[in-house]
Amino acid sequence: MLPAPFEYHAPHTTEETLELLDQLGDEGKVLAGGQSLIPLLKLRFASPAHLVDINKITDLDFLEERDGTLRIGPLFRHKSAERSSLLASRYHVMADAAPQIADPIIRNRGTIAGSVVHADPSGDWGTVLLALDADLVLRSKSGSRTVKARDFFSGPFSTTIEPTEILSEIRIPAAKPQSGGAYLKLERKVGDFATVAVAVHLQMDDGKVRSAGIGLTAVGPQNLKAERAEAALKGARLDDATIKEAAALAAEAAEPKEDHRGSVEYKRNVVRVFTERGLKRAYERARGGG
Amino acid sequence: MAVETPLKGNIGESIKRKEDDRFIRGRGNYLDDIVLPGMLHMAIHRSPFAHARIKSINTDAAQAVPGVVAVVTGALLAQHKLAWMPTLSGDTQAVLATDKVRFQGQEVACVIATDPYVARDAAMLVEVDYEVLPAVVTPQQALQPDAPLIRDEKEGQTSNHIYHWEAGDKAKTDEAFAKADRVVKLDTFYPRCHPSPLETCGIVADVNSATGHATLYMTSQAPHAHRTLFAIVAGLPEQNIRIISPDIGGGFGNKVPIYPGYVVATAASLLIGKPVKWVEDRSENLISTGFARDFHMSGEMALRNDGRILGLRVKLLSDNGAFYADAQPTKFKAGLFHIVTGSYDVAAAHVEADGAYTNKAPGGVAYRCSFRVTEASYLIERLVESAALEMNLDPADIRLKNFIQPEQFPYMSATGFEYDSGNYPKAMQLALDKLGYKELRKEQAEKRKKGELMGIGVASFTEVVGAGPGKHYDIAGLRMFDSAELRVHPTGKAILKLGVKSQGQGHETTFAQIVTEELGIPAADIEVQEGDTDNTPYGLGTYASRSTPVGGAATAMVSRKLRDKAKKIAAHLLEASEADIEFDHGKFFVRGSPSKSKTIQDVAFAAYTNLPDGMEAGLEGVTYYDPPNMTYPFGTYLVVVDIDRGTGQVKVRRMVAVDDCGVRINPMVVEGQLHGGLTEGFGIAFMQLITFDEEGNCLGSNFTDYLLPTSWETPKFEMGETVTPSPHHPIGAKGVGESATVGSPAAFVNAVIDAVGHLGIRNIDMPVTSDKVWAALSEKGAAE
Ligand SMILES: Cc1cc2nc3c(=O)[nH]c(=O)nc-3n(C[C@H](O)[C@H](O)[C@H](O)COP(=O)(O)OP(=O)(O)OC[C@H]3O[C@@H](n4cnc5c(N)ncnc54)[C@H](O)[C@@H]3O)c2cc1C
Repeated sequence: MLPAPFEYHAPHTTEETLELLDQLGDEGKVLAGGQSLIPLLKLRFASPAHLVDINKITDLDFLEERDGTLRIGPLFRHKSAERSSLLASRYHVMADAAPQIADPIIRNRGTIAGSVVHADPSGDWGTVLLALDADLVLRSKSGSRTVKARDFFSGPFSTTIEPTEILSEIRIPAAKPQSGGAYLKLERKVGDFATVAVAVHLQMDDGKVRSAGIGLTAVGPQNLKAERAEAALKGARLDDATIKEAAALAAEAAEPKEDHRGSVEYKRNVVRVFTERGLKRAYERARGGG
Repeated sequence: MAVETPLKGNIGESIKRKEDDRFIRGRGNYLDDIVLPGMLHMAIHRSPFAHARIKSINTDAAQAVPGVVAVVTGALLAQHKLAWMPTLSGDTQAVLATDKVRFQGQEVACVIATDPYVARDAAMLVEVDYEVLPAVVTPQQALQPDAPLIRDEKEGQTSNHIYHWEAGDKAKTDEAFAKADRVVKLDTFYPRCHPSPLETCGIVADVNSATGHATLYMTSQAPHAHRTLFAIVAGLPEQNIRIISPDIGGGFGNKVPIYPGYVVATAASLLIGKPVKWVEDRSENLISTGFARDFHMSGEMALRNDGRILGLRVKLLSDNGAFYADAQPTKFKAGLFHIVTGSYDVAAAHVEADGAYTNKAPGGVAYRCSFRVTEASYLIERLVESAALEMNLDPADIRLKNFIQPEQFPYMSATGFEYDSGNYPKAMQLALDKLGYKELRKEQAEKRKKGELMGIGVASFTEVVGAGPGKHYDIAGLRMFDSAELRVHPTGKAILKLGVKSQGQGHETTFAQIVTEELGIPAADIEVQEGDTDNTPYGLGTYASRSTPVGGAATAMVSRKLRDKAKKIAAHLLEASEADIEFDHGKFFVRGSPSKSKTIQDVAFAAYTNLPDGMEAGLEGVTYYDPPNMTYPFGTYLVVVDIDRGTGQVKVRRMVAVDDCGVRINPMVVEGQLHGGLTEGFGIAFMQLITFDEEGNCLGSNFTDYLLPTSWETPKFEMGETVTPSPHHPIGAKGVGESATVGSPAAFVNAVIDAVGHLGIRNIDMPVTSDKVWAALSEKGAAE
């Protein structure tokens, strides 16, 4: 790999990192797992003057459930998500998604936070966080702020994060009993980005949907939240007609573009089919099955 | 450290590969591992446009970067008459563009610098002023009367048409069609794909300005032929050129051509007086080096009502890119595509081929393929599938009905190939039994009632490999013989030097085993050397599955030559007459008294210490082997797929592969070759495509867009074998490196068509991606 020249920094604490980012402004770029940033450097699509590697900071790799919230640290990697028994038992949509991200080598290094900040419309984690209605904590030298996942993405590869900020924590409401989820992804081969993927999260309450989260991958300028489909499910019983209606609304929410992976019609159809299948699987799991 | 093995390495023994030790331990020596004192690095500035006139090139900014030694343009090369070079198909190709660029990624200027980063930085600063011209991206478009002329620099070239070529008997074929009950047609496109070896192409050129000696380390599948071509192109005396092909990380045909980068690096080393290294990156490899296929084919089959094939008519339009640079024997314009009658006894056939220039990368290499047999095999196997569907015949039955029968060999085909040996029904029956074909057909019928889509694909391919009889097959005039030199040392250890060149095929093991079989020296005691033109006998190289048929035959013959001499020495040692000496796996003994014997090691020692009077010392020899015919490996591949009607995804449930490559030297190596080829066939069938937009931008320029299958999605292969020896090969072996890539794509596609044929779907062109399957289902109202 032959990138353009850059200067490399490897701070040992978050404070040091924030100080550096504050000084560097637009010139600085955080390096986490490097699985998106390094390819960009290689292809010279990006040539930041400074890289700030956060991998030497020891307290950023965490996943914990505390005070009704699931908290994810900036260096929590895809492979850890894949192997987490906590996620496997109660956060199905995350457990489903993790092993479908890239390939094992990339999962060993790539982070959830890095994926979210990279904001690839074909990336999977943003969609999952939209379905789970996550909050993102953004921290800079001058303080921190919290934004909803749905307010974070602003277009292809763009978000509301400032160059002086890091994503310091992802917060997800802790999973309650009678909840279930699923992530369905269509890829051309293992290690491929999604042609289409759908994230579903359901909170049931005595046979009725208390809340539903549906996220869509690779069918718009950013990861999408199918809010009308979510609303249609709220308070409903999950019979075939309801599922079909929600799936149709999710398909309508998709804004796919034609490319060598398929036509607009095709991708929209896969959204519909996956939403149906995803809702059925999530419902099973919410009832303790699957 | 050699691998300890209880086996000696006779033919038929699966000893471990001798070369794997160093590869597994990371101790191979690939091109990019080579570092020479004072070595400079080269980077290429490439055209962003598919078709544009160069108005001017400004290299000032690039030249000004600290560390830049030189910037080479086409104008500079033109002063040395090196701006253009000949191709392997008798055309010319630009080394660095002077007048126009003719494909995206074409080489325009080269920067030579003290380190690779600087070279790359500076290459991006070369400024070229282009006048963009309309791009021609399909051969159909290229042949329109008003199409832009791509090769306007060629004298007498007034259109984009390259060649017209015919094979077979037109009149006889027309007659067969006139008599036919049915005619089945199929138009299909074998898309452009790329060999994509994991190691890209490169060179370290080291020209000594005092002596004029050029040592060229090159990723070359054919170092000797390349030396001769270099001598001709660069005008260097051939004795001053030494090409060393180090360990190669995969070739698949991609490392057969001579690329502009090789030529410029060599010229730069000559002019600057320092070694120059050039190694392309992945995108450069995908967009500019030898692609494969890109054949638009249309076939018509004449049949009797009972399914017997009477005749075959094929039209081919090939997309050759901007320069006609196909790597193929000179007498053939579309390689061996006319082997298109495949495994079937077809009385009359006629093939018409035309080639066209387009604004796409040149190359047309035989990607894991013997000169276009892949496209031919695909077409006939797809056509037979269409015939079975339209005539409501079982795809296995129609093949059994039309196979060339075992007693018909040697068989002369309607287009002039003499098939050496085969037993097609036997291989097919074994495959059907292994799969449980009848049961699966029942399951399919049940599933179909429930609206579920399941298919069973059949393909029975025949290959033609091992070019070739030198009379008919030559590369740039060089006859396609090959060579082996064997030196047995006094201690009974040996060095075998070959004119072919492994790129991962396991030559160091397989060819040692041939010597083991013929002379009895354990394979562990035989060092196999290839790739250094100063140190190996002349040969045409490794591609088109020719190493075992030609180089392997040479190895057997030179071993026999040495054995004859060894016999004389043994007679001398045993004080017997030569006529009474018998040989059995490394032991010479007097007929009737096997206890009185001498080993090959005893004899080797005597060859240097205790010779009969008048005999020359030593136990060494060299053989140049010109095969009397090609070899014709064959097999039957069966594939079972299930299709998701909601997404169009095709899941390969099973794959059975029965191959017959004659005698198997190292069965494990053969199986490894087949696994690799089947995997590539799977990739080609389902995911690979180098495609272009209307402006000629290449859309398959990296591994995110051009997909290589991994072990995760590749199906499990259930292997089987039959053995029909080649009657003319010294040990009965046929080539096997490519059978699986040739035969398997049709099996995969046929399986998909078998699943959806009842809906009226007759064809889905490769790659058979889920969106195409879904679109086809949707059109018939059968999608979820
Ligand atoms: C071949 C391949 C296949 C892939 N397939 C998939 C796939 O199927 N699905 C998928 O979702 N992804 C896929 N990816 C992308 C992968 O998931 C990346 O790991 C991820 O997108 C980025 O995470 P990272 O830690 O590697 O971030 P980096 O590459 O280090 O950084 C990415 C961006 O985020 C910024 N950044 C990182 N961490 C922070 C932080 N804490 N605060 C602020 N900014 C930060 C960086 O500055 C940079 O701009 C693939 C990547 C490759 C190379």
